[in-house]
Amino acid sequence: MSNEDIQKGLAEIVEEVAGVEAADVTVDKSFVDDLDIDSLSMVEIAVQAEDKFGVKIPDDELANLKTVGDAVNYIASNA
Amino acid sequence: MTSNNDVVVTGLGATTPLGGDVASTWDALLAGRSGVTPLVGGFAERFDLPVRIAARLAVEPTEVLPRVEARRLDRCEQVALVAARQAWADAGIGDGDVDLERLGVVIGTGIGGAMTLLDQDDLIEAGGLRKVSPLTVPMLMPNGPAAHVGLDLKARAGVHAPVSACASGAEALAWAWRMLKSGEADVVVAGGAEACITTITMAGFIQARTMSTRNDDPERASRPFDVNRDGFVLGEGAGILVLEREDFARARGARIYGKLAGIGTSSDGHHITAADPEGIGQSRAIAKAIQVAGVDKADVGHVNCHATSTPVGDVIEPLAVRRAVGDHPVLTAPKGNHGHLLGASGAVEAITTLLSVRDGIVPPTLNLDDQDPRVQLEVVTGEPRKIDLIAAVNNSFGFGGHNVSLVFTQA
Repeated sequence: MSNEDIQKGLAEIVEEVAGVEAADVTVDKSFVDDLDIDSLSMVEIAVQAEDKFGVKIPDDELANLKTVGDAVNYIASNA
Repeated sequence: MTSNNDVVVTGLGATTPLGGDVASTWDALLAGRSGVTPLVGGFAERFDLPVRIAARLAVEPTEVLPRVEARRLDRCEQVALVAARQAWADAGIGDGDVDLERLGVVIGTGIGGAMTLLDQDDLIEAGGLRKVSPLTVPMLMPNGPAAHVGLDLKARAGVHAPVSACASGAEALAWAWRMLKSGEADVVVAGGAEACITTITMAGFIQARTMSTRNDDPERASRPFDVNRDGFVLGEGAGILVLEREDFARARGARIYGKLAGIGTSSDGHHITAADPEGIGQSRAIAKAIQVAGVDKADVGHVNCHATSTPVGDVIEPLAVRRAVGDHPVLTAPKGNHGHLLGASGAVEAITTLLSVRDGIVPPTLNLDDQDPRVQLEVVTGEPRKIDLIAAVNNSFGFGGHNVSLVFTQA
């Protein structure tokens, strides 16, 4: 799966969980500072991403995923 | 008599089995319509429940709330938010009109987020811990409806959630009244919310032998004070009122519906589900509310009853009314129309009691064809009754022996 496909899939999850328009979920955006996603929603997003991409995202890794790009790269290298 | 710290009502909101707002609910009550419908399929069929009727919301809260907001809320929180936003808009309080540190919220629920508890239990059974939503606790906690409304309004004088079963909504109004009287707040948004038409709540009520099984005639199933009543019909909904100190409301030029003139609470100390058969605790609550309101018993022309359509409960309340008020008030029992909204009922019925006082009209009790001879007071049936009211009482009683009476008067 390409990074573009991962980003697209992740953007769909973010839109479903947090109501952020998928088009706004770009690699340079911070989940907390730019997309206004709280810690509870981040857990939901991580669980849905695990199912969608077949990865494990442990809590200590989740804490490091500050931007959409961080998440895309993590998923790309661990899926 | 100084009137400036009297408690007035300036905003109303509701979503009920009769309608998605106060106006449609009130119109349905006056027109004698029922909100009870068949429960088809789902858990009722799967577990072969003997009760196949319920009073579900006329308007789904998910049709009103934004999708993402709705998915973070239990249904009881959704209805609270829907009704609270209506009430707040109705009160016409603009930005900056009230110091947020002087704005309180008190919203009760009898059960809380039962649907969330069941849904999340299904998820952990099927998929383990990781499937459980991180929002589970804020969705199922019984202070959730109050907390979410408090956040929505940024209320900072205190957010409270009384829990006293079917008296919760009325107790919330009593608590709000105290906050205003004690000077803790200038404005309090208060009421009740409930949405627990679920497997386990229905099964529990069925096992307690409290529900009507008149499945073949849903609209006739809830029949308070009728000799052929056989139990209550479970409903869902929310009622929210905006209460203010009178001087504050007058200073901002608010439209005033009427006064919450007095409150009275008591506890039976008798049994966990059954009311004291003589209604002593109930009459103490009514008498206290009238005394606190400072109205003459003779001026209490109407009682909006708790009467749920159970064989045992409906004959006790009239005894309490006669002891505390006398033989002159005319009664009505709106649960014949909208079923029993549990923790929301006291608030929704407070709204209709207040509208009765304001408009001088009492809705009829639906399905009261043959009045139980033990109910020795006049109950309005058939058509709405036009009656000039100085004051009216609204009663709510809950499992646990909680009794709450409210007295409403004209503005």
